[in-house]
Amino acid sequence: MYRYDEFDHDFVQARVAEFSDQVTRRLAGEITEDQFRPLRLMNGVYLQLHAYMLRIAVPYGTLNSKQLRMLGHIARKYDKGYGHFTTRQNIQFNWPALSDIPAILADLASVEMHAIQTSGNCIRNVTADHFAGAAADEVADPRPYAEILRQWSSVHPEFSFLPRKFKIAVTGAERDRAAIQTHDIGLHLKKNAAGELGFAVYVGGGQGRTPMIAKKIRDFLPEADLLSYCTAILRVYNLYGRRDNKYKARIKILVHETGVEEITRQVEAEWQELKDADLKLPEADIRAIDAYFAPPALTDRPEGDEAVKLARLDSKSFSEWLDQNVVTHRHPDYAAVTISLKGIGEAPGDASDSQMEAVADAAEKYAFDELRVSHEQNLILPHVARADLKAVYDALVDIGLATANSNLISDIISCPGLDYCALATARSIPVAQEISLRFASLERQREIGELKLKISGCINACGHHHVGHIGILGVEKKGAELYQVTLGGSADENTSVGEIIGRGFSSAEITDAIEQIVETYLGLRLDRNEKFIDAYRRVGPAPFKEALYAGEAKAA
Amino acid sequence: MKVLTANRLTDGEAVWYANGGWAEIIDNADVAHDKAAEDRLEAIGATAYANNEVVDVNLIDVTVANGVVEPVRLREKIRAAGPTNRNDLGKQARPEAARAA
Repeated sequence: MYRYDEFDHDFVQARVAEFSDQVTRRLAGEITEDQFRPLRLMNGVYLQLHAYMLRIAVPYGTLNSKQLRMLGHIARKYDKGYGHFTTRQNIQFNWPALSDIPAILADLASVEMHAIQTSGNCIRNVTADHFAGAAADEVADPRPYAEILRQWSSVHPEFSFLPRKFKIAVTGAERDRAAIQTHDIGLHLKKNAAGELGFAVYVGGGQGRTPMIAKKIRDFLPEADLLSYCTAILRVYNLYGRRDNKYKARIKILVHETGVEEITRQVEAEWQELKDADLKLPEADIRAIDAYFAPPALTDRPEGDEAVKLARLDSKSFSEWLDQNVVTHRHPDYAAVTISLKGIGEAPGDASDSQMEAVADAAEKYAFDELRVSHEQNLILPHVARADLKAVYDALVDIGLATANSNLISDIISCPGLDYCALATARSIPVAQEISLRFASLERQREIGELKLKISGCINACGHHHVGHIGILGVEKKGAELYQVTLGGSADENTSVGEIIGRGFSSAEITDAIEQIVETYLGLRLDRNEKFIDAYRRVGPAPFKEALYAGEAKAA
Repeated sequence: MKVLTANRLTDGEAVWYANGGWAEIIDNADVAHDKAAEDRLEAIGATAYANNEVVDVNLIDVTVANGVVEPVRLREKIRAAGPTNRNDLGKQARPEAARAA
């Protein structure tokens, strides 16, 4: 994985020193909250309901065991024994004291981590497919490009005060696991007919109160032009993006209001000025970054087939976990493992200090020291020999992280909601927990099949509800929590925004409503192979509306 | 009825103004029963903010039943108690809160 060079080390150390000084001055009363707020936000420090919150960057979701162990250490020493993995592949701590943050940042810097640009109107952590480098279906690892974008965007003087925050995602496979069409810029790494690498470029996707699917503005951008083209997009946005209204300031609104053709013309015109200048990436530089992401030396381990076969016979639960949480690797003797942070009835994305340490141990021992955070709030071991899968499974059972529910209804994305967040209007974690408990039977979940359920506790949509097969949005109405349900959303290569199905449900009703929706799907699907999203796209909302609201209409 | 609440600057702890200082639990918060009392609390909050003792200062609606101060909005109930999914965290996990419950 990427290792800091001297410049990176100095840059991060300088920032730690700078922000530590700012914290000291704030605590001494030398600067006011109004002066300090933008400074703390630039360093990932928010104020939430109960305490400060520190959001730490995990670039493109890649970690090594030393880093994850440090996160466990921070959770134990400075926080309350746990952390929350986020949909930007980051981690946030919910209870740090402001006075401890300099020490936390120094600890992070010692393992090449930081909290820079995890907030503010700048280019945020660039996300990537969590199976990058391991997936059997990718044309190339997208992370070197995410790293190039990280280097370019870190304290970029022109793009540190954009109209609004800016999010970029990169995938290297046709099957989009990075939700690129919901991003300000989505990059799909692919090869052209000549076998050269480049990107399909999508612009103007986003969620929040105005969900938009990104538009493809270029089918093939040569890899050397990555930075000049992104600069052109950011320039057009920085110049014309609205600054008069926070809710209309994202690039999605600019693209929507300007029109795809015109925005494409503007970007291309800007790019003509830039493309042959100093932003053109030299081949040698790309390959140098590539080298950091060279896959581990995967020696053949053909004994895996037999080992897995025997272990399956021995343990039904291992067999089920294998079927649900383990995916094909580009090397036939290896697999990529999803470690579910969605234990039945648990808060989605939370991991304790000791769980983080134990997962770090497993990564070190069985997975070439490499880990990923997925945007679906799980952890990934991208390279595990099939021969070691049973040992990994046993280690995960010991720490309560072997729930075999990847991509099932209890594998819920959920924002922290009103239990923590100052912006939230309703709770989301308890809703996730109750739904998870209602569908606790993994046998029942498997019978239902792939179903992506996503919950947000306010219109900002951090829980990605717009693109959930089933989405739940919590709002406050007349002083009570009310949950609005959307159906038919999706965040893959066929991205769609869910449609509101009807009136919302109280917190006492919402789980029953979700069960009703699931039962309706089970009753109308053509067969077990027709997934929820496919069935919804075939039949539309009518049968679900009928199931949820017909009684009311008759009563009225 | 209203009480004055904020987060302490140094550690972000949710606090309520009570008996001339900032208390970590809401139970004994000074309750404003009229506009004049609200103005007095508001002035105290503004001073504490200016003195860099607290941040995010707000007057919030409460009810008082049997001497117990209870916030009206769910948001403030959660601030006063802790996350509803983690009874082991926040004010609700403290011995004094357990006694009061």
